[in-house]
Amino acid sequence: MSLLITPGADGRFGEFGGRFVPETLVPACQELEAAFTQAWNDADYRRELDSLLSEYAGRPSGLTECHNLGKQLGIRLFLKREDLNHTGSHKINNVLGQVLLAKRMGKKRIVAETGAGQHGVASATAAALLGLECKVYMGAVDVERQSLNVFRMKLLGAQVEAVHSGSRTLKDAVNEAMRDWVATVESTHYCLGSVMGPHPYPFMVRQFHRVIGDEAREQMQERLGVMPDAVVACVGGGSNAMGIFSGFIDTDARLIGVEPAGGAAVGRGQPGVVHGMKSYLMQDEHGQVQEAHSISAGLDYPGVGPEHSYLASIGRAEYPTVTDEEVIAGFQLMARSEGIIPALECAHAVAWISREAPKIQGKIVLMNLSGRGDKDVGQMMDILDGKL
Amino acid sequence: MTYGRLETQLRQRREAGGKSLVPYITGGYPGWQDAIRACAANGADAIEIGLPFSDPVMDGPIIQQASQKALQAGATPISILQEVRSLDVGIPLAVMCYYNTVFHAGHERFAFALADSGVSGAIIPDLPLEESGPWCEAADAAGVETVMLAAPTAPDDRLPRVVARARGFVYSVGLLGVTGERAALELTATDLARRLKAITEVPVLVGVGVSNAQQAAQAVQVADGVIQGASVMRRLIESGADAVGEYIAEVRRAITP
Ligand SMILES: Cc1ncc(COP(=O)(O)O)c(C=O)c1O
Repeated sequence: MSLLITPGADGRFGEFGGRFVPETLVPACQELEAAFTQAWNDADYRRELDSLLSEYAGRPSGLTECHNLGKQLGIRLFLKREDLNHTGSHKINNVLGQVLLAKRMGKKRIVAETGAGQHGVASATAAALLGLECKVYMGAVDVERQSLNVFRMKLLGAQVEAVHSGSRTLKDAVNEAMRDWVATVESTHYCLGSVMGPHPYPFMVRQFHRVIGDEAREQMQERLGVMPDAVVACVGGGSNAMGIFSGFIDTDARLIGVEPAGGAAVGRGQPGVVHGMKSYLMQDEHGQVQEAHSISAGLDYPGVGPEHSYLASIGRAEYPTVTDEEVIAGFQLMARSEGIIPALECAHAVAWISREAPKIQGKIVLMNLSGRGDKDVGQMMDILDGKL
Repeated sequence: MTYGRLETQLRQRREAGGKSLVPYITGGYPGWQDAIRACAANGADAIEIGLPFSDPVMDGPIIQQASQKALQAGATPISILQEVRSLDVGIPLAVMCYYNTVFHAGHERFAFALADSGVSGAIIPDLPLEESGPWCEAADAAGVETVMLAAPTAPDDRLPRVVARARGFVYSVGLLGVTGERAALELTATDLARRLKAITEVPVLVGVGVSNAQQAAQAVQVADGVIQGASVMRRLIESGADAVGEYIAEVRRAITP
């Protein structure tokens, strides 16, 4: 039996997941679940999505062996190049699927939350392409540190609203997007950006990102004829990680989801319920959600998708952490050794690989390069000022 | 059938030909206990006490602000319930809290803590029917009445299942949206209350978007009563507990036939 779960009506991955939303949203989640199931099994929908993914987003994405860095670290290192997708990250896979679905459901408008702005940019892009109105909520702190993406969203015709409540980061952007959806649910689809939220989102978003793992598995098979020893990805909500993990979950590969030390939902959290799901969550002794702190806006989140909590609970995947300092080093390491500037999010995966390399000498490591670092250059200029 | 204290109170009000008035106060907000006493002294049938949560997705700016201020002041579910115990206002109390507060404490422990503090009911806005089983079981065992929310988006076949599980009253959500004051009562408020009244004997109270005495009077033309949240908290924030008392007296007059 495959470890890749298809949840039933209760939306559970083991004890995790579910649908903890205000009563107002229950019918909308049920309709979305039905519409997704129907579309996913409809050849016309799949054909349309596949052609968007190939002709518009540029799939399949490549597989690059890092000869320089691999040699330096004593491993064989392969990158799944989600950074080369249109809009610069894996987020477009999910967004094209959801926006196409929203259109099919007769919705006129989408709302989205965004952290690093990559999901916001992808949402604004798909909305422009498919003719929907788009509003993106973004924490005020992230509006500041990812200003380039704010401008991109506006260029694409989306409305961007800075969220000033709470920690003013991704968590609060999700709250505000949900509040919008509660008020506009009849005309609006909530285009959630990761494998989180109420059922069917964690399942649906994973299905849209499976293409990463399916392609990578085929590419590894073709290139090497063997499966990797380890598959490594960064984890915010966990969508790029679930995407690549799903291709290897039934192999012997170690699955490693790297969390930021300041946003370690699995490492430092306990089961809790927020944003519609039961999952590991950083919280205080009274159940108040704690604020995450990470250099990377896309991983600055105190929760994690429920399927990751499940995989952690059964011991199938590991969720180590890296510090901001290790991430800054990883970011530069990838740039200088391979000529690839990674997003700060996936620089977490680079950081883990370079730290752990002595323990995995000679192994084959596949890393999901979930996005490119252009958006982070401004922030890194400030951080590295005078040190280059 | 015997009813809990909350439902008994609201049914009695109805049987006497009256309408129920349930103000909401954020627990732990400076002056919250005085505000509760002012409500009780000016015609409230029961009080809904909010346990502040870090991520209140069903709340608009006013209650968000009140929650944050209460948390900053150091309020915790435990500290609030401890103070509730000594309130002694003579009318039933219910708490409004997000589900993680319950889940984190543990269902049995939380239900027992409520009962032990003299709280009759619980309103959990992010715990829909399908997920409510384990909590309801613990609440029933502890004698805590679980108020169910019904929303304007519910299809006809869903409402009977929601009201069947409701104890205390049915919270008829007045509009599509979060808590906060609005210029006018939405048509959805009376529409949904009417649909609910047609299928249940449990008292039906409209909350979310009932923003002043006049809107309350409109709502009770159909419903058995109203909940007043943001309009009460705005007065507490701007002017203090006395203003809350005056406002509750005004709403009471407006809904008295
Ligand atoms: C490039 C990139 N990778 C990863 C993430 C984190 O999201 P997830 O964990 O859902 O892949 C983001 C989010 O903004 C991102 O932009």
